Formats: sequence, C-alpha cells, structure tokens
Amino acid sequence: MSHLTMPHLIPTSIQPYVLPVLWGVVIVAVLPLLAGYIVLLERKVMADMQARLGPMRVGPHGLLQPIADAVKLLLKEDIIPHDADRLMFWVAPLISVTMALLAYAAMPFGPAFQIADLNVGLLFILAISSLGIYGIVLGGWASNSHYSLLGALRSAAQLVSYETAAGLGLVSALLLAGSLSMREIVQAQYDQGEWFVFSVPIGFFIYLVGSIAETNRAPFDLPEAESELVAGYMTEYSGFRWSLYFLAEYANMIIVAGIATTLFLGGWLRPFPRFNDRLPGTSVEILDALPSLVFLGVAAYCFWLAPKQPVKIQKLVMGLVGGLCVALAAALAGSLFAPDAVRLGVHGGFWFMAKVMAYLYAFLWIRFTFPRYRFDQLMRLGWRFLIPLALVNLIAVAVALVVSQEWGWHPRVTTILATLATLSVAVWLASSDEKHETAIRTADGE
Amino acid sequence: MADTRNNGGTWSGASNVETTVLGADEIILNMGPQHPSTHGVLRVKLKLDGERVVDSECIIGYLHRGVEKIAEHRSYQQFAPYVDRMDYVAAVSNGLGYCEAVEKLLGAEAPPRARVVRTILTELQRIASHLLWLGTHALDIGALTPVFYCFREREEILKIFEKYCGARLTTHAFRIGGLQYETYDGFEADVKRFCEDFATKIDEYETLLTENRIWVGRTKGVGKLSAEDAIALGVTGPVLRASGVKWDIRKAMPYAAYDQYEFEIPTRPTGDTYDRYVVRMEEMRQSRRICLQAVENIPSGPIMAKVGKVLKPPPGEVYHAIEAPKGELGYYIVSDGTTQPYRLRVRPPSFINLQAFDRMARGSLVADVVAIIGTIDIVLGEVDR
Amino acid sequence: MAPVPLDNELVQRLKARFGEAIREATLDRKQAIVLVAVGKLREISGYCRDEEKFDMLTDLTAVDWPKREKRFDVILNLYSFPKNERLRLKAHAAESEAVPSVCAVWPVANWLERECFDMFGIVFEGHPDLKRILLPDEWQGHPLRKDYDILKQDTAWVRENLGIESGQ
Repeated sequence: MSHLTMPHLIPTSIQPYVLPVLWGVVIVAVLPLLAGYIVLLERKVMADMQARLGPMRVGPHGLLQPIADAVKLLLKEDIIPHDADRLMFWVAPLISVTMALLAYAAMPFGPAFQIADLNVGLLFILAISSLGIYGIVLGGWASNSHYSLLGALRSAAQLVSYETAAGLGLVSALLLAGSLSMREIVQAQYDQGEWFVFSVPIGFFIYLVGSIAETNRAPFDLPEAESELVAGYMTEYSGFRWSLYFLAEYANMIIVAGIATTLFLGGWLRPFPRFNDRLPGTSVEILDALPSLVFLGVAAYCFWLAPKQPVKIQKLVMGLVGGLCVALAAALAGSLFAPDAVRLGVHGGFWFMAKVMAYLYAFLWIRFTFPRYRFDQLMRLGWRFLIPLALVNLIAVAVALVVSQEWGWHPRVTTILATLATLSVAVWLASSDEKHETAIRTADGE
Repeated sequence: MADTRNNGGTWSGASNVETTVLGADEIILNMGPQHPSTHGVLRVKLKLDGERVVDSECIIGYLHRGVEKIAEHRSYQQFAPYVDRMDYVAAVSNGLGYCEAVEKLLGAEAPPRARVVRTILTELQRIASHLLWLGTHALDIGALTPVFYCFREREEILKIFEKYCGARLTTHAFRIGGLQYETYDGFEADVKRFCEDFATKIDEYETLLTENRIWVGRTKGVGKLSAEDAIALGVTGPVLRASGVKWDIRKAMPYAAYDQYEFEIPTRPTGDTYDRYVVRMEEMRQSRRICLQAVENIPSGPIMAKVGKVLKPPPGEVYHAIEAPKGELGYYIVSDGTTQPYRLRVRPPSFINLQAFDRMARGSLVADVVAIIGTIDIVLGEVDR
Repeated sequence: MAPVPLDNELVQRLKARFGEAIREATLDRKQAIVLVAVGKLREISGYCRDEEKFDMLTDLTAVDWPKREKRFDVILNLYSFPKNERLRLKAHAAESEAVPSVCAVWPVANWLERECFDMFGIVFEGHPDLKRILLPDEWQGHPLRKDYDILKQDTAWVRENLGIESGQ
C-alpha cells in the first residue's frame, strides 16, 4: 500500500483502512468465482489427460459450468440428518470457509496487493489454516454418522501429520530468508538472487508432498474417496453447505500454492530478477518484455488456428482466447511504460498468479496420474519418511548456513552439499521403509 | 439375501452397519448390493476386528435369471443368444464354448476357416475383457486415468465386432457348426492395425502402473492365494496362473485353432494382487501375438459345417471347457435325442473363483477388500446366471 | 456316437478297490464316465484325489430324471493336473436320499453343493452350511426339477402379489 498515494478526498483517519478493506472485499468477492473456475480447469485438465473433452455444454466449451453448478447448489434442498447436532452442523462448514478466507489476509498477491503486511505473516497463515481442521472434525461429529466421524478423524490425523512435515520443510527456507514476513521473504530471494527452490530443493519437495496431503488431494484423498468404504466427513452435507466445504478446499489449495510460491518460487519476482539488461535504446528490461512477447505469440497462434476450427462456436472461442492473450500482452507491455508502482504491481501480480497456477497444475497432474494411498500407508509415509527427512533437511540447511557464515564458503556450495547429504538420507529412509512394510505385511498377512 | 433392512440410521452411501454384539471389537460391515466397487450386484458381509477382516461371506443371486432352466425349453440354436448374457463382458468366449460343446455333442466339427476366425475373435475378446478389468481395477484403487485409456482401446475392438456381426457387447458371433457371417472386407487389415497399435498402448499402461510405488504398495502382498489353495478351491484362469500353476486349457486341451499358434502361458510365483495384474497384462500381449499369427494366414473354404437346420443330437452327454478370460468356462450338456437340451449346465469360472474370496480376504485390511474383489475379475452375470 | 463300455486301467483299479460300488463305466463322445454307488461317493472321491491324482473338482452338478426311481444324477467332473485327464463320476440318488458331501475332499464343492441343493433339493450330508445360494432364503421349491413349472410359478406370484391374472 505504501507504493500508492491516497486521493485527498479520503480523511486521513481512515486512510490506512481503505485499501485493506478494498482488497478484502475483492478477495471475498473474487475468490469463490476463482475457486469455481479452478474446478472447471481441473475438470478440463482431467479430461484432457483422459483423452476426452470435459464439460462442453454449458456455455462455449463449458465456460459457464461453474455458474451453473453454483446456481444448482444454491437452489438445492437443505437436508440435515435427523439426529444431527444442528448448531454444530451449521457452524462446521462456516469454520472451514472462514479460516480459509481469513488466511488470505496475509497473502501477498503482488508487491502492491496485500491486505496486511504482518511481520509474522507466514506464521499467521499457517496458524489460521490449521484452525480449519476444526471445521472438518466438527462436521464429521455433527453428522451423527459412524462413517462420517471416522472419515473426519482420519482426515484430521492426516492433516496434522502432514502439516508438521510441511511446516518443517518451510522452516528450512525460512532459515535462508531470515524473517516471517511474507514481503521480506520475497525480498530475501531478490537479495540472494536465487529462488529458494534452488537452494533447498528438498524442502520444496517436502512442502509439495505435505501440501497435497493437507488439502486432501490425491494420492492422499482417502477421506474423500468414493470407491472406499468410509464415505468421509462431507457425506451428510448437501447443497450450499457442501459447497462451502468445497470452496474451503479449493481456497486452501490456492493458499498453499501461494505459500509455496512466496517461500520457494520467488513470489512476485520474475525469473532472473537481478538480470537488468535493457532492450537497446529503451529503459525496458529484456526479461520484463518477454511475457508480453510470449502472449503475443500465443495470440497469433490462436488467430491462426481459429479459421481451421470445424464449428463456428469453436472459431469464436478461439478468437476470444486470442483476444484475451492480446489484452494481457497489452496490459503487460503497457505497464512497462507506466510509473514504477504500476509496472511492479502488474508484472508482480502476473508472475505470482502464473506461479500459483503452475503449482496448482502440478496438483492436478499428480491427482490424475497416481493411485490412492491406503490410510496406514499414508500415515507411515508421513511419520516414517517425511518428518525424519524434514528434520534432517532442516539440520543440514542450518549447518550449511553456519558453515558459510563462519568459514566463508559460498552459500551456494554449502546448500548443494546439504542437499546431497539429505538426498542420501532420503534414499536410505525410503529403502528401509519398504523393507519394514514388506516385513509387516508378510508377518500378519500370513 | 432375505435380510434387506437398512439399519444405518443415515444415508451414508448404502453402507449399512448392523452392530451385533460379537466379540469385544468385532463389527459386521455390509458392502451392499449397490456399491461402486463390487462390480455388479454382489453383497459382501465382512466381520471386522478393528481394521482386519476376520471372516467374510459373499451373498450372490441378485442377478440369477434361471438360464439353465430356460435352456431346457429352447432349441440349441435358440439358446445361443442367451449364452452371451452370462459373462456379458466377454460374450464371444461364451458363444465359442457353447457352440463347440454342441458341436461335440453332434459329432460335428467346424471347418478350418471358421476355427481360425473364431480364434481371432475370441482373442480380441480376451483383450477387451482384460482391458475392462484393468480400467475398473485401477479405478477402485484410485488411479483415475487408466480406465479412459483402456476404454479407448476397447472401443477399437468393439468396432471390429460391430462391423463383423452387428453387435458390440452381446455379439452372438458364432453359430453351431461354424460361422454365419463371412469376414468383412478389411477384417484382416483392421485386426492387424489394432494389434500393431496395441503394443505401444500396453506399454503406456505399464508405465503408469507397473513400477509405480503407490500401485505396488496397494497390490503387493494383498489377497495372497497359494497354489494348493487355488487348486483345492477349483480356481482357474489368470488367478490360478498367478499362484504359480502353469495351466491353460488352450495348451492342455486345445480347441478351435489354438494348436496352430505359438504363444506363452504367463505365470507368477506369489499369487497376490500384483501378480494377477502382471499375468493379465502379459496375457493381453500373448493374445495380441496369437491374433497377429492367425490373421496372417486365414485358410479359405466354407465357414459352416453341414449340420442341418434341425439339430437333434443323439442321446448322451458331453462336457466341453474353454479358457475364457475369467477362467475355465465349461458346458455340460445332456441330450435326450430331442431338439431341446435335456440339461444344460454352465460351469461358471467367476462363481468358483469368487468362492476363493474368503480365503484371500481373511487377515487383510478393510481397505484392501475392494482391491481383492477387483482382482478376482468377476462378472455377476456369470456368477449368478 | 452311442456310449460304449469302458474298461481301461483306471476303471480296473477302481473296480479292484471298490468292487460293487463301481456300477458301470462308459465312454461317451470320448469322455470317461464312471457310475458309482452314492453311499461310497466320499470314499471314491478321496481315492480319486489321493491315489489317482484328480486334484481338481471342476464341477459338481445334478440332472433330474423324474421317471426313474432314483431320480437324481449327481455328476462330479474331475480333472488331473499331472495326467491332464478328465473323469466324470456319476451317482444315482433318490429324492430324499442324503448324498455324502465331498467338501472335505475338495473345498470347492461348498458352493457347488449349495447350488445343487438350491436348484434340485438334494441334501448333502456333511456339508458345513447347506443353505440356498442363488435364490432368496425363503424361496419355496427347487426350480431345476422337471416338475417345477416356471409359468405356474409366475402366475401364482402375480396372482398373490399383484392381485391380477397374469396374461400368459
């Protein structure tokens, strides 16, 4: 907020509150729509990976599908099981959604777009997301169904275990950043000239796995799986209440993607943030100009493909997509010649969203490739592999930092050595885990 | 099957829990006839001690249509379409077994060209049946994608069937004495093209699943069946071969044109779910091999033996078995000299293989029960007839 | 094509071991059928499995000949893996005669005998859990018997449950 000047019409006493409230309103308004379109994206990506088309009927190429789903869910009958605890039944999804939305308060979507720049921003986000577990447990308990409760407890156990591992993975990056403030973490990546994913790749991997389990996504989606015996905490919920849980899940996905982007992928920094070479004769940096050029290329490709489409509506949609790409390229290019604040805001926002989308795409890709873990295998993986690995990684990174400070070795060298050491421990852990699992199976599986 | 009360209290996806006082921690879990993973109307009652299955009972008969009784009131040719509806996933095999059994009863033999075409269609059907099995089995274990790829390949096979006899699923492709339809123009080309494409596709499925750590973790050591148990329980087909017994009726007692082709019988030592998966994948490869050999050299000649329009086999009985995709499919037919069979008994591989479910599921976790049901590869139409 | 009498080594060994209990041996369409006394079925089965190496019971079924005094034919189809040979054992059983169960010899007979009981009403003595398998537990009658008329059963059901006359 410090980059923008306030119009003088707003009294100074409420000036500090204007922008945060504005961003808060934007987030609460936009997020459900965004979550809905991420669901559509998931269905389309799923369909593409499965050699089919996905939603095609509602709107051109299914683009209005989320709207149709939202309307349907709003209009559905509100069923509450007969013996359910009505207050808890009503409160549980609210808790999930509120916590998911509240965590956005400290999430930076760009250098200019953050509701509250807390100096303990990361801690705040992690703490609030953990509170979301209450929504799950209360929901399962309030349903008054044997299997909902079991599913909720399993889900809670899974979340707690994997959040521990994910948190430890985050701490290894925090050691390099030196601060809990989201903004300063990104700044540290700028200062060190390297995204933390290259310094602590194992930490990133641990966080990736932990975040998939935290959001109940495949291959850790046993609590939600349809073909298993236990139906899960969401079973008794229908209509709008269920859509609140669903919204909470996708909002959580965006949050963990946001955390991963900020901590590991450089936040709103572009790749090679310190490579400042400019285009000859202008004040525009080459790397800043690249995205607009790429989008122009994509737009040109869309316009070239459009006439080749067999059906008129597809030609139209292709043209629309091309037009959108042109608009995006124009926005990106135009902001290059605008004041610094605007340029940083637009480009930073673009890069942040691009990285979040890439992370979410990895989530989707993993979901449709791997089978599902069984619950005991899931817990074994978390406690016997991921948490020890995270601890070892943490110690290795800490040692690397101390060594580079005390003995003056280059930090890149020490972090690479730390990574190699942790990798060998990982290989050892994985093989001993397999031996242990086969031993258990042969022992009591007769 | 008489007990259809719903004691669950809430609509939790058709899982009913009748909590009887059994042991300290034992509960009975019912996977009701409607369940996404029981592959048809199968009801499984599990007695659980915590997460472990202590005892299990399969309750079948929901799809019993009285096929054997119907057979006593139809002529031999009239009964042939009924046979497809038993194992509806692999209808062509059912038809082959029935037509060959009646031909044995009559003392007739299909001409060489008919035998070779029958072999090709049956092997294509074996591939189709295994593809459906693979897709649904992977889906039960949580892999969402292989089912679509498998159905894409299966579509090609069903297109060939449709071009040949007009139907995709319940084909009634063969007649007693041979074939009714000549192969269409382009039959050999279609089969050859399918078989050539198929090799890369099987490799695709293997890449997704065979070495995948999660897949191996979910299938290795699950539902073990030893060779002695398998033979004692009468289990046949890929389940028997995965337990280490190298036996295939196509090699032991060849029928149709199988004695003319080279192929292998895949076996695996342990008899767990992973081994059955590997055996069926390899069987698909061998079927492809048989098809390629057969289609090179289809003999010319008549496609129908001279059996006459009215079939009245001399009195007596015969038992004829073939290697269907699910196991040994046998037909025991007793003739009293009239146009209708006096008794027609179908030896259903799925029914007998399902009996081994209790042996396989005992001692395993509840989450593995779904995998075990899938790995036996049952079709309820054949279990219940 | 008519069945011919069979007198190979297997039959001779069976006759030597069980004497009168082996009633008849024929070869029908090149398949060996041995008619045995129903009372000795379990012993003969045990002998076939252990000495003659017929380790798999492929199928167990029955045929109804209502005009005969002993109306049921109980059929056991055996297979030997080592010898790659099939054998059919047949036994005549009267309507209320208990047939010895071979579950102890081949566990696969469990469900097969239940199906025979369900469809024919043959009681297998020594079976651990003889109850209906394909039909509902409370079903009356045994459908595969020749005197069981499906049309009659259908019209009776329609009259009882729907209160109308079936159109058949």
